[in-house]
Amino acid sequence: MTRVVLDPTAEATPAVRERASRPADLTGRTVGLLDISKARGDVFLDRVAERCAEAGLRVERFRKPTFTKPAPIDLRHEIATKCDVVIEALAD
Amino acid sequence: MAPEPTDRRARAVTLGVAEDDAEAMFERGWTDGLPVVPPTPERVERMLAGTTRTPDEVVAVVPPDLAECTVEKVAINAVLAGCRPEYLPVVLAAVEAACTDAFNMHGLLATTWFSGPVVVVNGPVTHAIGMNSGVNALGPGNRANATIGRALQLVVRNVGGGRPGEVDRATLGQPGKYTFCFAEDEAGSPWEPLHVARGLEPGQSAVTLFAGEAPRGLADQLARSADDLATSFAACLRTVWGPKAVLAFDAMVVVSPEHARVFAGSGWTRTRLVEELHARLRIPGAELVRGAGGIAEGVDPAWADAEIPKFRPDGLLVVHAGGGAGLFSAIVGGWASGALGSEPVTRPVGT
Repeated sequence: MTRVVLDPTAEATPAVRERASRPADLTGRTVGLLDISKARGDVFLDRVAERCAEAGLRVERFRKPTFTKPAPIDLRHEIATKCDVVIEALAD
Repeated sequence: MAPEPTDRRARAVTLGVAEDDAEAMFERGWTDGLPVVPPTPERVERMLAGTTRTPDEVVAVVPPDLAECTVEKVAINAVLAGCRPEYLPVVLAAVEAACTDAFNMHGLLATTWFSGPVVVVNGPVTHAIGMNSGVNALGPGNRANATIGRALQLVVRNVGGGRPGEVDRATLGQPGKYTFCFAEDEAGSPWEPLHVARGLEPGQSAVTLFAGEAPRGLADQLARSADDLATSFAACLRTVWGPKAVLAFDAMVVVSPEHARVFAGSGWTRTRLVEELHARLRIPGAELVRGAGGIAEGVDPAWADAEIPKFRPDGLLVVHAGGGAGLFSAIVGGWASGALGSEPVTRPVGT
């Protein structure tokens, strides 16, 4: 006897997108530093910013409103348009 | 023979002749680790009869995949969970509440903390569907309590794509993430029902969702005044997240009938109890700073001279439930609170 059940999932197939290729070096690049608003993430990113500055890189700083929610789409768009690479910090 | 449904939209999956039904559910990744009821078209049709809403109505957009979830998809997951059709309106309300921006199911799922959605049900529906608010209210044994909470979790898993080890990053998790749902004991409560305290009408049925960890016991068998008992409660509440965490997490207190009788005997309303708990939980900063008391964890030393509240003003929920014997209550610690994380959300139960 044929037994049929109904699919409990969203029946969605995730879009597969290739990651952007990583630059061979950072010369002339803009580095985005995204603070996700977790405690002391800024301590880590402040140090990364210093190191980037020492290396002559341009740095853009960003901050999520809260670490518990995905970054707002406007923020993601801003990072994507202003930066070549991004470093996202998690801390506690 | 059941009539062929005409407005079914979900994909029909034909099981193999040699497949075991129960094993087939596991193999497709549709369970939480416990066996589920196979969602045959007939069972789903019967489940859909539990609501007046149409099967293709979108109930919510479920994180983390932000997938649109129809009444039919909720019904399928309610079948999996073991619900009876009359539970479906409660499940629908719970899904709606969980998927609000305020409740933040995405973050609650993704957190490394223990917490998950806790569903408190109020109003006439609790009696109509036979929910338990008494003996062992937070434990096993009642089908409605067990399966409504489970159905919500299965919707997040199956429709939202939120699976343990993937977007669910809990370090340890807790057994309440299988299901954590109970009814408030309104009849025996000295206070107005929780949903009424939160702005709904007494005749309404409602769910209140709280981002909670596992319940922990709170015993005080000697306090005979509300003052004494509140002081005991406050000492236990201070340890939510850790004894030196402040203004970070909420808490729900499930007050048992014997403890509620002590508060009622002193004439305390729910509002008074909450105020008295807050008053007892203003903590000198010197006790909270990093290193104080030999504990490295703590707040910034700049707060040493301040007096800091343990909880934000809206950060304590009081619910009445439990069996008639036992001077025990329960604390359900929360998660990142308010706009930072999750707000408790109360939503009416429809039809």
